[in-house]
Amino acid sequence: MAFLEVSHIEKNFENTKVLKDVGFSLEEGNALAIIGSSGSGKTTLLRCLNFLETPDRGKIVVKGETLYDSQEESVVKENELRKKRLHFGMVFQAFHLFPQYTALENVMLAEQMLAKERPDYKQNKAAILNEIREHGQQLLIQMGLKDRMGHYPHQLSGGQQQRVAIARALALKPDILCFDEPTSALDPELTGEVLKVIRGLAEQKTTMIIVTHEMAFARDVADQIIFMDDGMIVESGDPRQVIENPREERTRQFLTRYFEG
Amino acid sequence: MFLTVTRELLGGLWTTFQIFILTLLFSWPLGLLLAFGTMSKWKPLKGLLQIFIWIIRGTPLMLQLIIIFYGPGMWLGYNIWSGNEAGRITATVVAFSINYACYFSVIFRGGIESVPVGQREAGQVLGMTRSQIFFHVTLLQMVKRIVPPMSNEIITLVKDTSLARIIAAYELTYAGYSFMKSAGITWPLFYTGVFYLLFVGILTLLFNYFEKKLDYFR
Repeated sequence: MAFLEVSHIEKNFENTKVLKDVGFSLEEGNALAIIGSSGSGKTTLLRCLNFLETPDRGKIVVKGETLYDSQEESVVKENELRKKRLHFGMVFQAFHLFPQYTALENVMLAEQMLAKERPDYKQNKAAILNEIREHGQQLLIQMGLKDRMGHYPHQLSGGQQQRVAIARALALKPDILCFDEPTSALDPELTGEVLKVIRGLAEQKTTMIIVTHEMAFARDVADQIIFMDDGMIVESGDPRQVIENPREERTRQFLTRYFEG
Repeated sequence: MFLTVTRELLGGLWTTFQIFILTLLFSWPLGLLLAFGTMSKWKPLKGLLQIFIWIIRGTPLMLQLIIIFYGPGMWLGYNIWSGNEAGRITATVVAFSINYACYFSVIFRGGIESVPVGQREAGQVLGMTRSQIFFHVTLLQMVKRIVPPMSNEIITLVKDTSLARIIAAYELTYAGYSFMKSAGITWPLFYTGVFYLLFVGILTLLFNYFEKKLDYFR
């Protein structure tokens, strides 16, 4: 059984089928790129994995633990839902940093909240908070933001904000880190610094799912690739093969349109 | 005479201040609860609260004050408010708190809804609970957005306290007015205007301070 198993996911908004029988699996330490035109269901798929949307059908299994199964009738309590969410991290297209907190505080917040549930929190509060602070600083250094820790989001460039967002998503050590078009809101000259960071994570064998329009990046960094169109997986496999020698006509059309700009 | 009047008006100002501060203290949390209620997905609750807010905002505060103060005695047969000054102030605070909570709830709702959905979602994917997201993510962003409309309502509240005269609570306007009856002089009534102006002036400085304080983020 693979690290992540997603099977038969279906999602409807009103009368529109956004996801139609989507399934794939991902091994630990691998990076999966999802490509496809706008409206093909890529973002909705990520949102389903992060439980920002509930699939109408399907099954999500991480490390052998079933997180979601439409066959099982269950009313999920908020607490359980939170635990399930923690398997996944999410980096949004528009960053969504918390504007009232500094870069470091953004990274620390979720860990601080979670620490309050530890039984030894009251006794070791100072030590625990110190640990969280050090962890946050270390993540920001890893993102190349050593001298930006005390800055507020509006004082940072888009690329810096997105790197803070990546550090924030990594803080809770998710099993799988999801990126929803992480560079689409950035000026071209800023995408490089964010892609470099993601590339670094891939080299460290971080398990990742990356929705992206950066074909060259997907080809070089991903271990496997999925092409989605109209809510379905049209083609999947080795990134180099899919991008350079697509088997399916629809993939070919999409890539042609893409490379012609 | 000037000193006597000033001392008397300061006494009235104290009552005015009590009504003002207690009303704020009760109507803020009540208004926040109402705001959550009107954003509820449960339709009956939402509808009921909307009707309630419509009635409260749609009728004069003076009328509500009269109903709350005299109503129980007239219709229930016994007066729940003691007839002394404390009873009058309490009734005033109750009527004002309900009234202002309704106005505040609309301001709160607007403030909460103006915080981008992405903020809440970012909190959710970080495993935060709903209350953690509200208190640690949404609240301060909401507060920043509502300072201007809130300052309007609070300034209105200062002057609305003069309505308490209708149930003979001895607030600032009543204190000034009483000299007309007792001594036949009108200037103390106009003199009260100076107190209101000073009161509102200090509040305005406070609002400016808060706005500046919250200027550090966008």
